[in-house]
Amino acid sequence: MIKKRIIPCLDVKDGVVVKGIQFKGLREIGDPVELAKRYNALGADELVFLDISATQTGNALMLDVISKTAKELFIPMTIGGGLKSIEDISAVLNAGADKVSLNSAALSNPDLINETSEKFGAQCICIAIDAKWDEDKQDWFCYTHGGKQRTDIRTIDWIKEVERRGAGELLVTSMDYDGMQQGFDHKLLSIIQKAVTIPIIASGGAGSAEDFISLFLETDVSAGLAASIFHDQDVSIQQVKDLCDSKGVPVRHV
Amino acid sequence: MIAIVDYGLGNIANLTNALTYLGYEVKVTHDVEELEQADQIILPGVGHFKDAMTRLKELDLIPELNKLKETKPFIGICLGMQLLFEHSEEGNVDGLNFLPGQVRKMTCQLPVPHLGWNKLDASNVSLNEDVYFIHSYKVHTEENVVAKATYEDDVVAIVQKDNIIGIQFHPEKSGDKGLQILDQALKGGYIK
Repeated sequence: MIKKRIIPCLDVKDGVVVKGIQFKGLREIGDPVELAKRYNALGADELVFLDISATQTGNALMLDVISKTAKELFIPMTIGGGLKSIEDISAVLNAGADKVSLNSAALSNPDLINETSEKFGAQCICIAIDAKWDEDKQDWFCYTHGGKQRTDIRTIDWIKEVERRGAGELLVTSMDYDGMQQGFDHKLLSIIQKAVTIPIIASGGAGSAEDFISLFLETDVSAGLAASIFHDQDVSIQQVKDLCDSKGVPVRHV
Repeated sequence: MIAIVDYGLGNIANLTNALTYLGYEVKVTHDVEELEQADQIILPGVGHFKDAMTRLKELDLIPELNKLKETKPFIGICLGMQLLFEHSEEGNVDGLNFLPGQVRKMTCQLPVPHLGWNKLDASNVSLNEDVYFIHSYKVHTEENVVAKATYEDDVVAIVQKDNIIGIQFHPEKSGDKGLQILDQALKGGYIK
């Protein structure tokens, strides 16, 4: 039976792991390679690095982080943040990433999804979606640039389009729930999960091990992603997995 | 020395990393002389079946691979495993035909690609570990199956016929246990 994946996310700025609260107010956490090794030993099923550097020097440091991590860790690694072209994507894959996560670049240039999927295979294209509920319009809309810019694209339309264009996976962040640590956005995730056939990584809102159990029991998503609760050591990956065992949610053990 | 067949498809950085970590000397090459000097051959691959066969033909590697598979451990990984079989629906083209079987698109209620950690089921119990899969097509064969996984239906996960081994999942991405399974393939395989 396929296992539900527990994925720590590491936001990396200029080669250092940081994490924001609701996309604002960054704090420094530590060295990405060391953190990656720690999470691997603790049973992370996969790692997501989001490069939030705004400079070329920062992006170059990210390639170094990927290449160092890939020499020591043998679990899947997804890289996102600031990838704009086939050349950018090729560089991170060559450095040792297994998947790339595209958000802003895919929204501004959707053909990039087709091109990347054809060149590298659908399995390495994860489309990241930052979705926020609009009370007036009664629907979710996609945001870009780390949640700073709103688009007029409805999330539900976009996910169907990216699947059609060749995405292999979705990483869905609920901006309404992100950083609140009160559980995942089951409503959004269930609607998305029913609209596509590709696997979904749920993100935004994990505050406890129980939140992962509710996520997996109440939706059919494939994976749960979190940052703060793992970085702050409020909850360990092992605790989440032990609780999954006791509730009959299939997980992998190291 | 292990030769990883370089035909321009797929990300071989991580396979190279894993083999280096295991202590092997690795060469990524499509040079016939270097391939013949190798102790083991790995045929990697990520991407489209038809593109892979086209590239192998353009590089005129198919006669050479036929020769190599007679004499040394020959390991196909992921798409590299699928290429070992007779034919694929992906692009509707013939494969290398080293092993009997067909490659077909996965059809099931569960999400496709089959992506994530899934447990192997083998009579060789040392293989019964969680390993990392990512694929949308799968091999249909009744012969030479060493390990399967279950994803609604059976998924052929490892095949072996003498010195020819196929691994559908990514042992280089399956943690320490994946590295052990990869090492075992290079040391003769899974059939006692």
